[in-house]
Amino acid sequence: MFTTKSGEQIFVIDGHTHLWDGSPANQKNIHGKQFIDCFYDYHHLGPDSYIWPKAKFERYTEEDFVKDVFEEGYADVAIFNPQYLGEFYYDGFSNLKRNEAFRQQHPDRVIANGFWDPRNGEDGLEQLERDAKTYGWKGVKLYTAEWKGDSKGWKLTDPWAYRYLEKSQELGIKNMHVHKGPTIRPLNMDAFNVEDIDDAATTFPDLNFIVEHVGLPRLEDFCYIAAQEPNVYAGLAVVSALIHKRHHYFGEILGELLFWLGPDRILYGSDYAIWSPKWIVEELMNFELPEDVATETGQALTLEVRRKIMGENAARLYNIDIAERSKKLGLPTSATSKSAKQEVAMA
Amino acid sequence: MQVPTSCGNRREEVWSALSAVTDPELDESVTALEFVTALEIEGQNRVRIEFRLPTFWCAPNFAFLMASDMRDAVAELPWVEEVSVQLLDHFSADLINRGVALKQDFRDAFPGETDDDLTDLRKKFLGKAFEGRQELLLRQLLATGYDPAWITQVTLRELMRQPLDARGDGLRSLYAFMWRRIRPNAGEQDLAFTTVEGKRLEPGEFRTYLRKVSGVRRNQEFNGLICRGLLAARNAAGRVA
Repeated sequence: MFTTKSGEQIFVIDGHTHLWDGSPANQKNIHGKQFIDCFYDYHHLGPDSYIWPKAKFERYTEEDFVKDVFEEGYADVAIFNPQYLGEFYYDGFSNLKRNEAFRQQHPDRVIANGFWDPRNGEDGLEQLERDAKTYGWKGVKLYTAEWKGDSKGWKLTDPWAYRYLEKSQELGIKNMHVHKGPTIRPLNMDAFNVEDIDDAATTFPDLNFIVEHVGLPRLEDFCYIAAQEPNVYAGLAVVSALIHKRHHYFGEILGELLFWLGPDRILYGSDYAIWSPKWIVEELMNFELPEDVATETGQALTLEVRRKIMGENAARLYNIDIAERSKKLGLPTSATSKSAKQEVAMA
Repeated sequence: MQVPTSCGNRREEVWSALSAVTDPELDESVTALEFVTALEIEGQNRVRIEFRLPTFWCAPNFAFLMASDMRDAVAELPWVEEVSVQLLDHFSADLINRGVALKQDFRDAFPGETDDDLTDLRKKFLGKAFEGRQELLLRQLLATGYDPAWITQVTLRELMRQPLDARGDGLRSLYAFMWRRIRPNAGEQDLAFTTVEGKRLEPGEFRTYLRKVSGVRRNQEFNGLICRGLLAARNAAGRVA
């Protein structure tokens, strides 16, 4: 819950968080070390006062998560978007059992998404059925650049990926959080290219495709696709962290997203623990579009727009009734805007 | 007979040759980006270069392009007999370094892993560099009072004659360099501002076009800022794989 200067309360869903273990004990090989090192470099794009020691960054605790995300990071609900990375880490970078145990401790505050990999073939489809039952997944994180054996990535348009998307639909897993962002690209097959979203979103109109990191550095490709596909969403993780050091640039991206997708399809996410949500939320809530961006795109960050981005849009995707959930969490119910109340009433 | 140059001058010559090599995705020089970490001249004629990219995972195709461009740029210096280019701390460093040393094609350097050579990639990113530079210049011209009607009909010669301030002049030089590079058969009497394919811009579509190339520049800027941020963090930590 974030309270604005004028006293308005905003329900916050952090759409992109992790509970990872990148520590040396879990590293299978040099790639495990390099992966967490790379994340730690990203960590430095945030404010200096929020930099963690390396060891803490490699493996932080459940208590750190509660403090950083819920107590100080303004989030009422947080979504896990786990990465397996089984070629790099013994127990996975994110561990489903650990995530689930944490979710059970905070059932009203945590949405623990899963993952699947189409290269696991028939066995993986069966596993997905079991996982969906065990964990009650409503969403999965899809990491198309994950290594597996000789393969350095996959596409949503691969025939096996379609079978997994069909299976997801059948199992009621509606939210596909697809990582489409910077770096970690295998060879010239650009596994984070956003083009495959286009076909998948058209073929599966009942699934939601939340494109994490908005396809950067391919923002115009992403916007072009998202403008045509109503079930494509923009996940602001990584983008939101640019607000600190690149204020105007962040404004340009947000302006483009508002122009092409509108305010109903943009989801806030911090990408914790790469960055602490506290400063991101505070800077976001104080942020105004630069004048040139506002003029060129004709967009404005009204209170309604902020409510949507910070929580209402994610609430819609995960069937969270903000008024009811606020009550459960002991929050004032004024955190709900009129439009969200109406939508819930209609649903 | 050629006058022998001192080692100091030779270092400068190599450095200057390297500064003409750009990261294709960022459209910035590998020296300005501080990718080059070591430069040694051995026995007067042998040049050894080491470079490092912001992450262990930077795209191997781009790394390969930069490494071979560096090798070729330095080999063009008349006194150079041998060039070695070594990429450090990268997951494909061995394959890339061997491929570049053997003057292999990208396909041969990564047998069985890719079907493409890098000619198309290079062309595509030259086009993006052209658009990115064009957008910055167009915005500068608009901000200083030039209108779309003038911009869409001006020749390169006429553009070069305009009295611009320091920033405008700098952006114009960068653009003109790329203009001549991607359109080697065009002359100064040709239109200064066209699409990358050489298509004429119509004043009525100008704003739409500008937004499109803004996207290209924005992506370059994103890559650039991530790249610099990560490289700074990597260098500060002094990590070596």
